[in-house]
Amino acid sequence: MGEAIVITSGKGGVGKTTTSANIGTSLALSGKKVCLVDTDIGLRNLDVLMGLENRIIYDLVDVVEERCKLHQALIKDKRFECLFLLPAAQTKDKSSVQPEQMKKIITELKQDYDYVIIDCPAGIEQGFKNAVAGADKSIVVTNPEISSVRDADRIIGLLEQEEVETPKLIVNRVRNHLAKSGDMLDVDEIVSILAIELIGVVVDDENVIKAANKGEPIAMNPDSRASIAYRNIARRILGESVPLTTIEEEKGFFSKIKTLLGMR
Amino acid sequence: MAMAQKLQHNVTIKGTKDGLVLLLDDLCSFEQLVEELNDKLSDDHGQLLNGPLISVIVKTGNRYLTEQQSQLVREIIGQKQNLDIKRFESNVITVAEAEEMKREAQIIRVSKVVRSGQVLSVQGDLLLIGDVNPSGTIMATGNIFVMGSLKGIAHGGSSGNREAVIAASVMKPTQLRIADLISRAPDHYPEIGHEMECAFISDEENQILIDRISTVHRIRPNLNRL
Repeated sequence: MGEAIVITSGKGGVGKTTTSANIGTSLALSGKKVCLVDTDIGLRNLDVLMGLENRIIYDLVDVVEERCKLHQALIKDKRFECLFLLPAAQTKDKSSVQPEQMKKIITELKQDYDYVIIDCPAGIEQGFKNAVAGADKSIVVTNPEISSVRDADRIIGLLEQEEVETPKLIVNRVRNHLAKSGDMLDVDEIVSILAIELIGVVVDDENVIKAANKGEPIAMNPDSRASIAYRNIARRILGESVPLTTIEEEKGFFSKIKTLLGMR
Repeated sequence: MAMAQKLQHNVTIKGTKDGLVLLLDDLCSFEQLVEELNDKLSDDHGQLLNGPLISVIVKTGNRYLTEQQSQLVREIIGQKQNLDIKRFESNVITVAEAEEMKREAQIIRVSKVVRSGQVLSVQGDLLLIGDVNPSGTIMATGNIFVMGSLKGIAHGGSSGNREAVIAASVMKPTQLRIADLISRAPDHYPEIGHEMECAFISDEENQILIDRISTVHRIRPNLNRL
């Protein structure tokens, strides 16, 4: 019996889908059996980021409306044997699925997979309710911007009312020079407002965009700082204690990791 | 005759230096009381009931007067132009009223973070152990004490109590409301000077002021329950 983790943020464009794709890929890299579920019906993206768009035959709504079996709708990743994607429908909207139906699908997936990563749509309406319905744990993604932090706060409040564990926080797209000069919210400030456990900090890295456009999650590229951040998040999800460091120390931190790896 | 004799004792009028006290017997029926009250007041009692304005306290003992009943008593006494009812005094209140008073007097302890979009509303005083984040709202019919940072909206004395105060460990609210008054935060908070503060309505200026928490005992001595 695996666990289902919903990746959510409230605000759009903060990197939920990118985070979902990369956490999924990183977990698969560690040899876990992972299923990614895109619940953004009508505006699906996860398949594009994973480069699996051309393989879609059936989707989430087809499963819900019983036009196909669940396993028929799952797409196997081209890089990993143990990574699958359940794509969202593009021609329907969020109301075509009910939370109970979603819960049933997620429960079924948890039988076969170690991790079910649910990519949540932006907003707090039906789509959010569907995405959260089957989840055991949750991760809230935010950017170091005041509007994104505000929405994350709202989402955490809503998650508290659901049967989900207290969410963990990822601060995405952190820009070192802006945080240092005080022109941007720094990570400590965000954590003190949101008052939840920080599970990862991902720096703003243009390689993420490049990789996304190629349909290749950045986590595949071991040289990128964002990739290392995502892999560390996956290790923390797996229960390893990877120390979190502040941004200024990050360079030192990475070299420290390298020496640690070298020592092994 | 014996009946009439007894009637005479159901309403007793006493004079004090502050005015009149109307003692209404609490064992007779309300009809008897009304009848006798009418009799007593329509009788000519000289200047006692016709002279200058006199304040009246109505004491009903162990009798509970309903809203209509006290209204009727008010009307009867009001027929005499010079009588001004100051208040009703009774030894009894209903259970509902007692519970209401209890709720108003209690301090509700809550330990949580009130997040954006959440509303925490209580009857009585609120003691919040945690933060109020921007766009979060807390409301209390009494005072509000936040042990944490107040960055959202706080509404003290929400049912109209202008004596209510709002205190916070870190006072950086977007809005403060006490009773019917609203005060908006400055557009920019200075770096220092918002720790352990208390907001209250200043009677002279009729607006919400914020001061150091140590001055509150002078401004609102009634906060003490010792």
